[in-house]
Amino acid sequence: MIRVNNISKSYKDVQALQRISFEVQEGELFGLIGPDGAGKTTLMRILMTLLLPDEGQAAMHGLDVVRDYKEIRQLVGYMPGRFSLYQDLSVEENLAFFATVFGTSIEENYALIKDIYQQIEPFKKRLAGKLSGGMKQKLALSCALIHKPKILVLDEPTTGVDAVSRKEFWDMLKKLQTQGITILVSTPYMDEAGLCDRVALMQKGEILRIDPPEQIVANYTRTLLAARSTEMHRLILDLREWDSIDTAYAFGQFAHVTPKKEGLTAYELERYLKTKNHQQLQVHQIAPGIEDVFMALIVGNEE
Amino acid sequence: MRTLRYILQKEFIQVFRNKTMLPMIFVLPLVQMLVLVFAATYDLENVDLYLVNQDQSEASRELVAKFEASPFFRIYDASFDVTDAENSFKKEAADFVLIIPQDFERALVREDEAKVELLINAIDGNKASLIYSYARGILTGFNREIIAEWKSLPEFNPPMQVRVKDTYWFNPELDYKWYMAPGILAILVTIIGMFLSGMNLVREKEMGTIEQLNVTPIKKYQFILGKLLPFLVIALFDLAFGLLIARLVFNLPIVGSLPLLFGFAALYLVGVLGLGLFISTVTETQQQVMFVTFFFMMIFILMGGIFTPVESMPEWAQWLDRINPIYYFMRIMRMVVLKGSGFFDLWQEFVSLLIIGTSFLGLSIWRYRKTS
Repeated sequence: MIRVNNISKSYKDVQALQRISFEVQEGELFGLIGPDGAGKTTLMRILMTLLLPDEGQAAMHGLDVVRDYKEIRQLVGYMPGRFSLYQDLSVEENLAFFATVFGTSIEENYALIKDIYQQIEPFKKRLAGKLSGGMKQKLALSCALIHKPKILVLDEPTTGVDAVSRKEFWDMLKKLQTQGITILVSTPYMDEAGLCDRVALMQKGEILRIDPPEQIVANYTRTLLAARSTEMHRLILDLREWDSIDTAYAFGQFAHVTPKKEGLTAYELERYLKTKNHQQLQVHQIAPGIEDVFMALIVGNEE
Repeated sequence: MRTLRYILQKEFIQVFRNKTMLPMIFVLPLVQMLVLVFAATYDLENVDLYLVNQDQSEASRELVAKFEASPFFRIYDASFDVTDAENSFKKEAADFVLIIPQDFERALVREDEAKVELLINAIDGNKASLIYSYARGILTGFNREIIAEWKSLPEFNPPMQVRVKDTYWFNPELDYKWYMAPGILAILVTIIGMFLSGMNLVREKEMGTIEQLNVTPIKKYQFILGKLLPFLVIALFDLAFGLLIARLVFNLPIVGSLPLLFGFAALYLVGVLGLGLFISTVTETQQQVMFVTFFFMMIFILMGGIFTPVESMPEWAQWLDRINPIYYFMRIMRMVVLKGSGFFDLWQEFVSLLIIGTSFLGLSIWRYRKTS
């Protein structure tokens, strides 16, 4: 459904994308995961025909993004990272405007957006600029869907949205997927990666790995320990100082620790930390999450 | 067609919801017409005259009386000492010093010729030359009467004189307001057109809405027309509003045909709006649009002949004015409003504006890119 082949793009002196290739199957929910500056937005803008690649080809539904841009625009729904609907038009006016420029009407495709639009319909006379973050998101999604696209491209749709709205948003995406829409979504949040069928981990314009999220975690075989004490900052510094430790990062309330040699036990780590006078120590072995894998990949890539 | 109609509808909704735009549409013409037309006048009154009358004769008093009677001059102060006058002059208190020397009358009688001295403050060149020409007018009148009086002795025939009678056509009383009002209106229409359209397009860039718009199948021409037509309508409305004010307040005669005037205005606006839109396609923020537009506007206005006649500019400047749309529109406004010129009198302006309009509009459609 989406085919990307050796795409490169650079801005002046920054290489934004370096020979990226991947494919997205029809009906798939595909995630692009990576930190800011990984090249996610650039890639999406190329696919949306807003940006010309320096090299390589990309096709959406078999249509070339450079040559057949006109057909693609009719076929794809796009939600840019920044809220880009008219803030001074009402909810209803925005939707009607985008329906009209796509040569359709709200009534014609109401079925597709019904579930989402119904949630904001009570506020349809309100100006879009006066909506809350979550409602803006729903309106933007409705506008991106109003012309019944086959492919939906969403650039960081949940950035700056509260946890409840984020969950609701992903539920909506899952529902759209069951209606046969292929979805390409980018996010900086690792926890959202687990909700995709497949994810591509991106960093510095390159794809580090493409796999289903379970697989990415399953392929990670290294020992992982979590540690916690009253002085987290000093704890991490102490961990990094020890030559048995490869990496140590803060993950929420714990520090995630990767030892250099496999089989370092929680007991051994605790004993080391005790010599450094840490109080209320908690150390135990944990199963890796996708974030751990990603951190390991980034470090591996940088070395 | 349906798409274009909807784009226009959207633009109008946005204009009327904009809290700064709507008042501007009404306040701008009011202020421009009521303040600028009065302010930008060349009619000079009450020039401060410092009088040094060292003669104190009948003839000199007659001359002074003439200056006093003129509405242009007001005797600010008088002295017998030239130094006093010079001091006042240096302090910028007096604009103009008239010195009548001691032997004024005697010279006039004995030698048939007398001298007076005029000192004029020329910091403002325009004002200085006006003062000079007014003063000259008074002196010429005085001269004529003196010659008639003194030379018409019985043995001579009445003196021969050439009398110049002047009539000002199209503006018989030389009312500067009549001259300025059409010019100010031309500027008004330009400001509305160039700024509003340019700012509006670049606002879509700033707000990011252009990103969403660019992935729709809207065609380039639809987009540009959607940005052009609303402001064309608003500018024409303001032209009508401004003309109404001029008619009611200054009694401005509108000799020519109004449909012709508005037809020309529409053609002119296509060019100006096209330029505004072109500027906004090559800039990224409203601030940049402001600066660039201002740059062009200043040059166009000052070279367009509102304050200074284009004929008095150097040849290269006149040549440059051929690509200045305001120059043509300023002429059209004045010629249609004051003189009643018809289409065939203005066909050269028509062709020029047509070329300028198509080029600027074409340029903006060409430069507007949906893909970067």
